[in-house]
Amino acid sequence: MEFSWPWEYDFPPFFTLQPNLDTLRKQLEAWRKLVLDYCRHNKIFVLDVQESISLFQNKAIDRQLSTEGINRVLESLLEYNQIEWCDKAKKQCLVYWKNPQEWGNLIYRYASDKGMTNTVCTFYELTAGDDVQNEEFAGMDQSLLVKALKTLEATNKAEIIMFGGNEGVKFF
Amino acid sequence: MDRLYFKDQKDCVNEIASSTAWKGIRLFNGDTKTEYVNETAYLTSSHVYFASVNRPTMNMILDLKYVVLVEEDIGNLLRSSKIILHLAPWNEGHFSRPPVKNLSSFIKLAFSDGKLSHFKQCIQKMLLERSWETVAVQPSILHHVPTTFRSGIVGIERRLQEKVENNSSNINIAFQDMQNLIDMAKDMVQLANVMSNKIKDRQGDISEDETVKFKSYLLSLGIDDPVTRNSCSSNDVFYHQLAKEIASFLLKAISDTGGLMAMSDAYCRVNRARGLELLSPEDFFKACNYMEKLKLPIICRKFDSGVLVLQLQSKTDFLLEKEVSRLLQARDKLTALEVSQEFQISIVLAQERLYFMERNGLICRDDTVRGLVFYPNLFSSSS
Repeated sequence: MEFSWPWEYDFPPFFTLQPNLDTLRKQLEAWRKLVLDYCRHNKIFVLDVQESISLFQNKAIDRQLSTEGINRVLESLLEYNQIEWCDKAKKQCLVYWKNPQEWGNLIYRYASDKGMTNTVCTFYELTAGDDVQNEEFAGMDQSLLVKALKTLEATNKAEIIMFGGNEGVKFF
Repeated sequence: MDRLYFKDQKDCVNEIASSTAWKGIRLFNGDTKTEYVNETAYLTSSHVYFASVNRPTMNMILDLKYVVLVEEDIGNLLRSSKIILHLAPWNEGHFSRPPVKNLSSFIKLAFSDGKLSHFKQCIQKMLLERSWETVAVQPSILHHVPTTFRSGIVGIERRLQEKVENNSSNINIAFQDMQNLIDMAKDMVQLANVMSNKIKDRQGDISEDETVKFKSYLLSLGIDDPVTRNSCSSNDVFYHQLAKEIASFLLKAISDTGGLMAMSDAYCRVNRARGLELLSPEDFFKACNYMEKLKLPIICRKFDSGVLVLQLQSKTDFLLEKEVSRLLQARDKLTALEVSQEFQISIVLAQERLYFMERNGLICRDDTVRGLVFYPNLFSSSS
């Protein structure tokens, strides 16, 4: 299904950082929503800043957000805990269209539905196994998976285990 | 005082004829008064001639070559300002001289009829020129021939420099005559006032139309009786009067340009109309600041970007905003150029209007290499 761009995407001022603070706030809000929706739709867990330029431009109206603008948007996303940087150089970030807690709960529900409690399954199974292909967390980035499972660990619903070079998790 | 000498009045007639006169001069030998209390001074390029009604046959002369320094002695409530002429020692003794005791090395001139600063300016200029030293130069040669011929860049530069100096001294001389013209114009303005008053009084005999026509002639010259510092008793009064004059003059002009005019435009117009007694920018600015206090129909406003404008009281921001919003609705997007064309105002003012509306959240901007375009603020209206 084609991603439906919001009305702002075709509005030229959307690609210029607004000096009026109230207007800027609304503009950044719209950008945050656009980034999250886009990533959700395309199942993008990790956003590479350089490669995502197409998200921040609209060739149809010949407009693109400046580097400063992109940085502002990313800053705003960070502020609202909707992204997290993978590295200090700020080249890639995890996009939380669901935050780790929500992921953790979703995975746990899946695990308990499939009766996988009290068993160990590998990370590979959880993200790339045949059974999980219809799940939202299919193809999830490993680091995000770990974060999600850590939230479950905190509530004693799971435990991350290392065995024989592989990483796995046991659900309770 | 011994550097002054007498000469027959007939011999001096030619030199005096074309020079400026200062009346009511009192001479002082050093700091002490002399008997010469009502002299008329005439300044030429090499002498100062003193004539008096009490001494119709003889004039007193001071050669400018004896004047070493010209100073101004600023006076106070009890004594008036004076010009001090420091003199070099006398070295020729064949003229009859005024008898004085206690010779001192300077004389003072008091100007009971005014124009002290003008005299100071003129005598300083004459001293700079030192025309009594270039006797060898024939009067037909207008340019100063360089004494050393240097080839190359230095010579060319030097010649250019001399040309420039000649030009500037010629211009100074030319403006000398302007001062006389200004003095005559003052009389003319007074005359015109008298005429218009007479016309007002005889309203039955002269028709209204002619009075109006005459007045319009006067007004077309600009402001017929400009407010000057001299005509006002104090600085404050000066600024108040000035503010009123500016407001009445600019009222029509500002209404024509849509209720807003940049201060630089207003300044140029006012000075153009005043003609002779021009205003300095500081005076103009200070006068404009008084306008609001005096409840005049025009006020001075400063935008956030620093632009100063004069605005009609009646045209408030709200009205101007509404006009621009209406235009925006019709056109979907606006540039400053379009606004200025539509409302016949300058680009600067159009920009200010748009920035102002942006600050109030009515419009948002689209900034590209192609320029700055404004759209209605759909961000706030949609959420």
